[in-house]
Amino acid sequence: MKCCLCKEREATVHLTQIVGDKMQKLDLCEECARSKGVNDPTGFSLADLLLGLSGSQETEPRPRSGELRCPHCGFSQAEFKKLGRFGCPECYQTFAEGLDDLLKTMHKGVRHVGKVPKAYRGVEDLKRRLQRLQQELARAVQEENFERAAELRDEIKQLQARLTTPRGH
Amino acid sequence: MELKEFLPPASEVARRTGPQDRIVLSSRVRLARNLKGFPFPGWAKRADRLQVYEKVAGAVAEVPALAGCFCETLDKLSALERQLLVERHLISREHAARTSGGGVVLNRQETLCLMINEEDHLRMQSLRPGLQLREAWAELDALDSLLEEHLEYAFSPEYGYLTACPTNVGTGIRVSAMLHLPGLVLSEQINAIIQSVNKLGLAVRGLYGEGTEALGNVFQVSNQMTLGESEQTILEKLDKVLRQLIEFEENARASLIEKNPKMVYNHIGRAYGILANAHIIASKEAMNMLSLMRLGVDLGMFPGVDRSLTDELFLLIQPAHLQSLHAEKLQAEERDILRADMIRERLRSVSRPGPPLPAPGSGG
Repeated sequence: MKCCLCKEREATVHLTQIVGDKMQKLDLCEECARSKGVNDPTGFSLADLLLGLSGSQETEPRPRSGELRCPHCGFSQAEFKKLGRFGCPECYQTFAEGLDDLLKTMHKGVRHVGKVPKAYRGVEDLKRRLQRLQQELARAVQEENFERAAELRDEIKQLQARLTTPRGH
Repeated sequence: MELKEFLPPASEVARRTGPQDRIVLSSRVRLARNLKGFPFPGWAKRADRLQVYEKVAGAVAEVPALAGCFCETLDKLSALERQLLVERHLISREHAARTSGGGVVLNRQETLCLMINEEDHLRMQSLRPGLQLREAWAELDALDSLLEEHLEYAFSPEYGYLTACPTNVGTGIRVSAMLHLPGLVLSEQINAIIQSVNKLGLAVRGLYGEGTEALGNVFQVSNQMTLGESEQTILEKLDKVLRQLIEFEENARASLIEKNPKMVYNHIGRAYGILANAHIIASKEAMNMLSLMRLGVDLGMFPGVDRSLTDELFLLIQPAHLQSLHAEKLQAEERDILRADMIRERLRSVSRPGPPLPAPGSGG
């Protein structure tokens, strides 16, 4: 098996992290493992590594000088990698590329389910969200992930109830 | 008004009761919210942070549920006052350390507490004694809806409420409970339990939250994932796990008493011995001993003694609380002496622990 970072050397370090019901696996060579700080068990998380991974792939098509910066707050991708936090709410837009992959490592899903501020509580929006959840449900059933499917069904029920009673949540 | 006058005394805090409070010390729901158009506090310039503070404080003043609350910037509070808030679990240690533009809003019952310019612009919390997650959520949900009429939240239909750290994005909710688990610690099951709770995607932390030690056998259990599940789903899941943990703890206590009673009595008897006789005691040791004494109270080994005795001491012996009882600045060594004096004094009327009484209530 080749290292999934350098794709050259033989992978000798195999990592598995379970978050919730999801399992993530990484296979690294010794050199890449060391450079990513995998030897330090306290400071290590697959999320960081995966984030770094997606970043290193991104730098190839993008020239080094044109580092992506948030036009609203000036926050850069490098700073995000270092701090693990964004600079402003708009950064979610600016750094949208690869964000879903990162969110997947942290959360149950990558789209919001739950309370919505009144200003965003338009019926159209709810319908769109409902549609998306139903697609996700179909996928979960297909993947035989019945636990997730049951949860999605509950979310859909809650959303449908909200659609019939305009203001509640 | 001074914070010290505003905070209810420890004796009042210790007498608050709630469902399952034999094991669940408190329930908490927290929501993270940010204002549209402003950088997050960690990246914002001071001027932006001050502006955010003014906006949030202005909205707070408009909400009837927060009428008469304490609302102040952190730089107006002394280090001691900020530490008092940490020891009451009202603000985080990080918030206490960073003052510029930071603020705190607290109601008199200590059921609602807002941190302004912590990691996010607004972190509001609802706190209840015992296991009351639903009640805490209902109150906070209502407060959030009221504040929303005066503040424009940063929200995206895809990612939900936008937060500084993507680990909080979506609902921005953290549901947690503080558990007293001496039975699981004494029976050495705690590590296995923590691991299995972690596998469910829940976090287990120490007394003061992230990266802290489980002093006094107190553990904080909370959700970690905030995106892709509704508040209701997150809350129900945590509630289910907590009820299971309560059962595990009760079972651990029962089986310890059945299989190894001398070990349990020994721990509790020694804890009493130290607390009732020590002349110098550090807060860490005192908390661990008080935890065992609380277990003794639960098991009926201290007839006539109420849990509020140990719970009040648990709060009073912490450094800032102890310091606030004395006018002059205390050194750590002096605190250890005064702490021991206070505990001895409080335990003067408490007799040595006996074997557990098969009295009503000792079973559960």
